[in-house]
Amino acid sequence: MSEKRKQVSRRQFLNYTLTGVGGFMGAAMLAPMVRFAIDPALQTSAQGDFKAVAQVDEITTEPQRIDWTIDQVDAWYESEVTKSAWVYKTEDGDILALSPVCKHLGCVVTWQGSEEYQDQFFCPCHDGRYYKDGVNVPNTPPAAALDVFQHKVEDGTLYLGKAVPREEL
Amino acid sequence: MLQKIYDWIDERVDITPLWRDIADHEVPEHVNPAHHFSAFVYCFGGLTFFVTVIQVLSGMFLTMYYVPDIENAWKSVYYLQTEVAHGQIVRGMHHWGASVVIVMLFLHTLRVFFQGAYKKPRELNWMVGVLIFFVMLGLGLTGYLLPWDNKAYFATQVTLEIAEGVPFIGEATKTLLAGDPEIVGAQTLTRFFAIHVFFLPAALFGLMAAHFIMIRKQGISGPL
Ligand code: HEM
Ligand code: FES
Repeated sequence: MSEKRKQVSRRQFLNYTLTGVGGFMGAAMLAPMVRFAIDPALQTSAQGDFKAVAQVDEITTEPQRIDWTIDQVDAWYESEVTKSAWVYKTEDGDILALSPVCKHLGCVVTWQGSEEYQDQFFCPCHDGRYYKDGVNVPNTPPAAALDVFQHKVEDGTLYLGKAVPREEL
Repeated sequence: MLQKIYDWIDERVDITPLWRDIADHEVPEHVNPAHHFSAFVYCFGGLTFFVTVIQVLSGMFLTMYYVPDIENAWKSVYYLQTEVAHGQIVRGMHHWGASVVIVMLFLHTLRVFFQGAYKKPRELNWMVGVLIFFVMLGLGLTGYLLPWDNKAYFATQVTLEIAEGVPFIGEATKTLLAGDPEIVGAQTLTRFFAIHVFFLPAALFGLMAAHFIMIRKQGISGPL
């Protein structure tokens, strides 16, 4: 029996080295470009600052829409954008500031937005509904409660921060 | 695995003859630097192509951040270069590559010229090569404006005045390039961007295809 020597032919050797060197050069070329392209996905999101939005004594037990502006830095474009919240005092006197962004697919909800459903938040896009406390009404499209703005009160002024999902509160 | 995928496709559409025809052919001895070192001069065409690939790729990635608008062009370039990971490298590749590609193209042309490789039957490919050269100069010229900084602005101002100096058609040419008879501004930038990123690359790809098909048909010219 002839001994099996794993001989690498000249042709194979050249094929391997050329593929290796070519692959290395291609990777060296593409790596920075790919990292460049995926950068937005790897940026850490900035923590939202708290902004003064209202006086606490203006807030009632009825949800009111409060608008305020924040300075938004969108890469090279800086602008003021308007944010909104539905704010009211709960039974135990605490302040609840609900995000108006529907948890179904992101439209905007309105307190008593539908004549048919009093005392509920209503989303016109697919008839999503939420109770006053922001919890989604079962058997309407949204699958979660409205996000809640982080808030703090200083000297009778209400400050709102970032809207976070309920579980993260 | 790869072999299996290859075989599966090959069984159905018979791709082996296709790539064999493109890639699998002898390199003549007089073109192989392993035989005669001086044959490295034959590499310049391939190097030009290599740098062109870098230009096309890095250019495509730059357009993910770049905006061709006079308010935002400079800011977007500044942002991509200072804030985006590897932005300096990707812009650097495109910026320096734009010069390197012209150098390679020029060396390739010198080789063809001094070896007389442009002679019959290859005159047509020489002409196509000259067109590629003009397209490359056009890419360099239109790309130079895109960062919309002072250097870019005044270089373009000068170019437009040179174009204006051409007898009879000069003024119309300038207006067509700048998009306005007087202003070098918003419309100039969008035009240069469109020409740089769509029109000239399209022309370049067509010309390169013609160049390479002719080389395959006619073969490389013989030894001196
Ligand atoms: C499809 C191909 C290409 C695309 C999509 C593209 C795209 C771009 C973009 C978006 C810019 C502005 C960003 C910046 O200035 O850093 C730019 C700049 C530029 N491009 Fe291209 N480009 C292409 C091919 C080329 C080629 C082949 C050349 C070579 C002659 C070239 C030469 C330039 C130059 C000189 C600049 C100015 C660079 C600077 O000052 O940093 N481009 N290109
Ligand atoms: S987005 Fe609100 S119900 Fe669909």
